[in-house]
Amino acid sequence: MGTTATTDLKVTNSGLGSSGPGPGGSDPFGSGRPKDWPPGITRDDRIEPKKYRIGMWAALASILMLFVALTSAYIVRQGTPATRPADWITIELPPVLWLNTALLIVSSLTIELSRRALKRSDYAAVKRWLSLTTLLGIGFLAGQIVAWRQLAAQGIYVSTNPHSSFFYLLTSLHGLHVLGGVLALTYVTVAALRLRIGLRRAVAVDVTAMYWHFMDGLWVYLFLLLFFWK
Amino acid sequence: MAETVPEIHGGVHRHEPPKRWIRRYVFSTDHKVIGIQYWFLALFSVFVGMALSLLMRLQLGWPGEQFGFLKTLFPNAAANGTISPEFYLSLVTMHGTIMVFFVLTTAPQGGFGNYFLPIQIGAADMAFPVLNMLSFWVTFLALAVMILAFFANMIDPDAAIGVLGPIGGWTGYAPLSAIGESAGPGQGTGVVLWVTSIALFCIASLLGALNFITTMLNLRTKGMSLARLPLTCWAWFTTAVLALLSFPVLLAAGILLLLDHLAGTSFFIPANLYIKDNVLTEHAGGSPILWQHLFWYFGHPEVYIAILPGMGLTSHILSTFARKPVFGYRVMIYAIFAIGLLGFFVWGHHMFQSGMDPRTAVAFSLITLSIGVPSAIKTFNWIGTLWGARIRFTTPMLFAVGFVSLFVSGGITGLFLGQTSVDIPLHDTYFVVGHFHLIMGVAAIFGIFAGTYFWFSKMFGKRINETMGKVHFWLTFIGVNAIFIPFHVMGMQGAPRRYSTHGNLEYLGGMAPLTKFISYAAFVTIGAQLIFLVNLIWSMTRGPKETEENPWEATTLEWTVPSPPPHDNFAGHEPVVHRGPYEFSVPNAANDFCKQTDPEPAAGD
Amino acid sequence: MGKRNTARDVTGGILSLGLAGLYIWFLSSFRPSGIYFLMAGAVFLICQYIVFSVFALGKPGHGLGVLLIFLAVATAVLFVGKWWWWPEGISSFAPELDAQFTRTLVVVAVAFIGAQVALGYVVMRYGSRGKERAVYSHGNTKLEVTWTLITAVIFIGTAILGQRVWAQLHLNEAPEGAEKIEVVAQQFQWNFHYSGADKTFGRTEARFINDSSLNYVGLDPADAQGNDDTQVSTLAIPVDRPVELTLKSKDVIHSFFAPALRFKQDAVPGLNIKVHFTAQKVGKYEVTCAELCGQLHYNMKTFMLVLPQNQYEELAAMKEEAFKERLGELLKEYKLPEEQKRANEEQTQTN
Repeated sequence: MGTTATTDLKVTNSGLGSSGPGPGGSDPFGSGRPKDWPPGITRDDRIEPKKYRIGMWAALASILMLFVALTSAYIVRQGTPATRPADWITIELPPVLWLNTALLIVSSLTIELSRRALKRSDYAAVKRWLSLTTLLGIGFLAGQIVAWRQLAAQGIYVSTNPHSSFFYLLTSLHGLHVLGGVLALTYVTVAALRLRIGLRRAVAVDVTAMYWHFMDGLWVYLFLLLFFWK
Repeated sequence: MAETVPEIHGGVHRHEPPKRWIRRYVFSTDHKVIGIQYWFLALFSVFVGMALSLLMRLQLGWPGEQFGFLKTLFPNAAANGTISPEFYLSLVTMHGTIMVFFVLTTAPQGGFGNYFLPIQIGAADMAFPVLNMLSFWVTFLALAVMILAFFANMIDPDAAIGVLGPIGGWTGYAPLSAIGESAGPGQGTGVVLWVTSIALFCIASLLGALNFITTMLNLRTKGMSLARLPLTCWAWFTTAVLALLSFPVLLAAGILLLLDHLAGTSFFIPANLYIKDNVLTEHAGGSPILWQHLFWYFGHPEVYIAILPGMGLTSHILSTFARKPVFGYRVMIYAIFAIGLLGFFVWGHHMFQSGMDPRTAVAFSLITLSIGVPSAIKTFNWIGTLWGARIRFTTPMLFAVGFVSLFVSGGITGLFLGQTSVDIPLHDTYFVVGHFHLIMGVAAIFGIFAGTYFWFSKMFGKRINETMGKVHFWLTFIGVNAIFIPFHVMGMQGAPRRYSTHGNLEYLGGMAPLTKFISYAAFVTIGAQLIFLVNLIWSMTRGPKETEENPWEATTLEWTVPSPPPHDNFAGHEPVVHRGPYEFSVPNAANDFCKQTDPEPAAGD
Repeated sequence: MGKRNTARDVTGGILSLGLAGLYIWFLSSFRPSGIYFLMAGAVFLICQYIVFSVFALGKPGHGLGVLLIFLAVATAVLFVGKWWWWPEGISSFAPELDAQFTRTLVVVAVAFIGAQVALGYVVMRYGSRGKERAVYSHGNTKLEVTWTLITAVIFIGTAILGQRVWAQLHLNEAPEGAEKIEVVAQQFQWNFHYSGADKTFGRTEARFINDSSLNYVGLDPADAQGNDDTQVSTLAIPVDRPVELTLKSKDVIHSFFAPALRFKQDAVPGLNIKVHFTAQKVGKYEVTCAELCGQLHYNMKTFMLVLPQNQYEELAAMKEEAFKERLGELLKEYKLPEEQKRANEEQTQTN
């Protein structure tokens, strides 16, 4: 029993979903802590998917609070239509943002597909969808830079008016977070391409997907706030 | 990583500490080393903060008097041996910021929480050790930048050379802090460094908070149900939740302030400010009150971030040395939650006179006073814990009792300040300064002292000298009361805070003897802290070795391991918990304490 | 803990001698008389008892208990003795505010003394006694609920009472016919803008502000209504008549604080904050800044003259030059309450 578990923990090349008395049984994303452990194995050696998920939830909560604070600043600064300051000029929506939004929404779908494929142990699909997601993420960031350059070409900078200040601030903070996501995606994609997805990296795919969905939702929210909230 | 085969020695799997010195003691991922690093960082900071307050007390007690040594120390800021008004304000700002962030937020949570949360729940380390290391070193960087801010004028080529940091107080109200050097000395580079340091600190605290939450939710050992957690763990957990939800807001505020400062935006700067014969036309439409909302949305929970770990620790220590279970264990947890939750809805009570909508003030006032209820419950339960006890008056116990007393003294004056009307004359006077120093400053520091004396032998493997500890307690306890209770009286006379002298206000005429008395009391109290420092150094180097696992005859898991504990805390074993955390004086038990790991007696025993 | 301990005895001895030294120094340098002599003696004896019980008897619980009870009593004496207290309140709402302050003080005093004495009692009473065990109890729900309800009712009741003055001040408009004055704060000076005989303020704008030509509030020279306006750095208001101040700031946040009025309100750049009050006693009072506004914050003070109505009317109708001159005379004529008190004391001494 003990040896089985040990070998299971060493799994690197045998693909995913290798069954055995590993943590949470055969489902690496299963909830709940394992009840029994083979002798000789202590908690350190367990891969605790739940740990990463809880940590990610906590991280997302704090990122959410950051943007909630900035939203309240935005709403206060914008005022109501009656009290709106004269210097509040909503900048014209750079059309490339529509494309960027589409890219990010599609990437949310593709990462979900890779997560599903991972659960099915459909390894070819995992590789395909993860790579595509990474590319879409990079595409989004490139698109955001294009949008900034377009605005700058029109002479709209961060201090031009309060709306442009918020636009640059919110897009760059969001972009910074997306960049982190892209780095995480690159890590799991490279691991997948090199056929080195063990249980631990499967968890990494899972929490990266959580994060990525959040970034997607956050962008849609910011997009609506910046250009459609009156 | 899981890829390596664990070494197995006779069914027990141990982790050895890293061999290289730098990985073991400097860039360590061991929560115990990180806890001690945080503790030393706070110790350094508290002595810096205290030295600044010493200078402030010199100026306040003897305004205008010349001190030769000041001239030597600060040839520019105190050119003729007296502390200039802007230097005084710079001292106020640095004292406040260093104490709040790098002592009160750091020591109880980053220090003790890091060291003891994993051990008390039976875990080998925090959930994310690398993140833990990162959060300490970002805090360290933040402290370095903060100290640099104090010397901002030496870096800034435009400013007069001299020791002078920002002069906006720890609250850094905009637009004073947003418009740069034209608003006064120190407001340029000084503020930029100050707010950068705070932003770094926010990031470090967020990393720490998510680590604490995950650790407590996920790494509890077998049998450690939520209802068996020591109250310290509940306090650290609640504190982490507060930090997780409030520091991002401060971070947002800090980013906006930096942009106003450096990028020419106008988040907090209204149109057409007239400063130094100049109209600032490049800014328009910003809201100064927005800064206050964002700041206090963080600032109020921050008060609880400072005090909650002290509350948990006090419950823990009172029970241990009273040899009696905590009175109303569950109620204590609910009270901590209630305080934490209500803490998010009261920030407006700092802003009654700020020009915000007076109707919202009424709501803020009612919620504020309702925080008094869980606080009163805690006090009641602490006294209940001591009722019928058999108290052992060790140094940590003395500090814990001191905590309760100071918590009452400092907390109860909130009843004045939380009322919209009574706050009108008291706002921004010494009454407020006395109130928050007692509750958030000194009570929280007493929690830190109690923790230090309680856990010293566990952390350092040496016994701390009890006699010096007791002298430290008596002088400090009497001293802080002699300092901060008269502050309230000054406030009731109407003395405004952040004044380098009150000498030019006639209505405060009779106050001078009181301020002198406070200064003397402060000198004695500061002297007592030197006893503490000597005790620490002496005990760490020459103190007797701690040979026992459980010198206090306590119950929780940290007392089941050697002092100091091995690298992975339980030497590869996983402790199994059978009992609640405070089983003292159980009738018919062999000892007057039952460890959490002691097996439950068979039924019918 | 009956056994002797040399370190403890020596420490106790040193502390005891130190206390005696402190006491002698205090007596010789301050030479207190009457009640203060007795109080100092009591404090000395209590401190000696604490040292004795902690270090000689080895009963720290006794010392701590006595100290906590002493602390509660001393604090109460300090608060109730009123050696340091507010200047006399002169606004219409000051009596009600002071009454609410006193009500709160009573609640706080009862709770504070109750808690400290209870804590002092338990540490005195329940010291360890050899191997004897403590009471094994996890709490008492009934007591807990009762205690919670009592504190909730008292605390929230106090809070509700505390809203009355607030509502009167901030939730109501200024009464009809209130005297309107604009307050423009700046680093580190107060400017008061009077509308003059026409009772209409001239237009003000930031671009007209020019401190060196004494146009501190930024009056538009082209606006005829501003011709009879006056800007001064001392506040003069009529007695027994509602006053409405409009608080503005030119640069950073300041706070208008008049302790005698029991009144304080921030002046925020970009906002015009209207407040109103009625002063009920003629005299000269101090106004200072209560919000940190920079380098010379501590020095941002001025005077408020509360004038008899006819005197005020006469002043308010004057043109700028005459206004300033008359105000200067009045400033010399009136004395601060503290100056008056000193003068009275000197007089009684010479008599």
